[in-house]
Amino acid sequence: MATTTDAQLEISRPAPDTVLVRLAGPWVLRRDLPDIVEAVEHGVPLDRVRRIVVDAARVERWDSMLVAEVRRLRTMCVGHELEVDLESLPDGARHLIDLSTAGVRQQQRRSRGRHGFLTAVGVEVLRAVRSVGDMVGFLGETVEALIAALRGRARFRWGDLLQVVQEHGPAALPIVGLVNFLVGMIVAFIGAIQLERFAAEIYVANLVGIGVVREMGPMMTAIILSGRTSAAFAAQLGTMQVNEEISAFRTMGIPPMQFLVLPRVIALVAMVPLLTLYANLIGIFGGAIVALVKLHLSLTLFYEQLVGAVGIGDWIGGLVKAMVFGAIVVLSGCLRGMQASRSASAVGYAATSAVVTSIVFVIVTDAIFTIIYIALGV
Amino acid sequence: MQSPAPASDRTICDFAPQDGEPHIEVRDLTMAFGDVVLMRDLNFTINRGDIFIVMGGSGSGKSTLLNHFLGLIPPARGQVVFDGQSLWDASLEERDRMLRRAGVLYQSGALWSSMTLEENVALPLGEFTGLSERQIRELVALKLALVGLTGFEDYFPSQISGGMRKRAGLARAIALDPEILFFDEPSAGLDPISAKRLDDLILDLRANLGATFVVVTHELDSIFAIGNNSVFLDIESKTQIALGDPKRLRDECPDPRVRSFLTRGRESAEAPS
Repeated sequence: MATTTDAQLEISRPAPDTVLVRLAGPWVLRRDLPDIVEAVEHGVPLDRVRRIVVDAARVERWDSMLVAEVRRLRTMCVGHELEVDLESLPDGARHLIDLSTAGVRQQQRRSRGRHGFLTAVGVEVLRAVRSVGDMVGFLGETVEALIAALRGRARFRWGDLLQVVQEHGPAALPIVGLVNFLVGMIVAFIGAIQLERFAAEIYVANLVGIGVVREMGPMMTAIILSGRTSAAFAAQLGTMQVNEEISAFRTMGIPPMQFLVLPRVIALVAMVPLLTLYANLIGIFGGAIVALVKLHLSLTLFYEQLVGAVGIGDWIGGLVKAMVFGAIVVLSGCLRGMQASRSASAVGYAATSAVVTSIVFVIVTDAIFTIIYIALGV
Repeated sequence: MQSPAPASDRTICDFAPQDGEPHIEVRDLTMAFGDVVLMRDLNFTINRGDIFIVMGGSGSGKSTLLNHFLGLIPPARGQVVFDGQSLWDASLEERDRMLRRAGVLYQSGALWSSMTLEENVALPLGEFTGLSERQIRELVALKLALVGLTGFEDYFPSQISGGMRKRAGLARAIALDPEILFFDEPSAGLDPISAKRLDDLILDLRANLGATFVVVTHELDSIFAIGNNSVFLDIESKTQIALGDPKRLRDECPDPRVRSFLTRGRESAEAPS
């Protein structure tokens, strides 16, 4: 027998058509409560039973666990077309049961959509294709805004432009510098180990120069800015979207493309080549340090070899690339920010998606540039 | 040292019921942000089973007071006492335990957006009760049914309307059968019909759950429909100036600020000199 402190359940059949469910003790939120429905379904044969009576006179304490259990019993009874008598339940509990069944709009429980593997792949591919389309469309809108600006008709504040320049140009110098310094050193190290075997140590200057100026400088800078600037823009514009600030601009006749996106685009397309130039110099410096310490090449020698190896075409090629990367960084950030939905999680999603979009486009574009430059013989 | 005047001196209309069983007591509470005092010398008692309204104009510190009740921000001075135990003198674990007996409905529902309604309501049950999965499922179904959301178990908060989100938030607030339920602006942003339905639901639940309700609001319709006790926070004098049944305050309190608020400015908005 259960002790008196536990909830108790007794099933009996006082008349052929009646089942009596007697409850006693505390019926509160506890795991070890008896299962009423199971007890009724398996405790007594239900043939010819027409009525189930719940006797709760000896229930000491109750909370919504009792209500939930009795409600389930009632649902079961309705399913079996049995009458159910809940008169002896505490008033509050009976009212809660009524409240939970009265006025319920019968809404079919909706099943979660499950997709197969192929569907998932298809959805992702379509999303990737759409992403390219979105980007091109957004670029078009930006150019439109730019044309309006050139005609002097854009709604646009120079103060905003300067602020973006400050926040995403000079403020990025330390991180861009650090990363590119280390990248320059890494390139030099890898080169040094290989070139030492041929006693061709001096060519480490060529390797560092070409590698950094044509590839690593522009690309590393763009990737850093994807994380720093693109995410920031997506979060800023996404938050504005959530707060309906973007809609407020639209309804006041201020095109957000001109007011919000254009200053960011102009600032970044101007700042990224400058940052890249700085990144190139720091990267080469990092390489020179390795050459000096590990290969004992003097800085003068390194410099002279470098000037001979890296032509003006390499520098310009790298900076043109950087300008395009700048546009990609800013467009991904603004695009994802403007696309953000109105929910709380939208901002985080926009920021993540902006970084991913930006990095993927930067690397794909870099590959395309490399092919074009080789074809052109730059 | 300058000792503050007893609150009763400044509380112009004190219609607080004298016969209730105290559930929450606020003693000499001062709310401040740094040096800026928002409200001082708050002294009032919320009785068991009350629907207690915290009212006052915008910026009068209603939400800050709620944060003091909820253990989110410590008050500058004074105490909040639940069942004779001071919330802010208790240890962190004790405070957590005290607060677990309270449920909150936040202004916009504050449902966790990455979970379905069912998961939202089930989370506190799973974390704190040790019930079996079947029991939790039954309880969740019951709570959602109580707020009229049967069939929406698998919806995400972003897929339902604002009024439904509030009701779902209420279902989550009552998940653990709290003794105290706090509401932050329950009818804000709801259309009149939904607001009325929410008020009715609050009254139904009050009658049957036996909990104490603390409602922060400035919706007059709600205040009169559900409140049986209240405190009025006045911005100018930076303290409470009225206590008691809001309907009685409207009809009998001579103070023009209280009357003006409760009649939506129809009666004298002049501040007393």
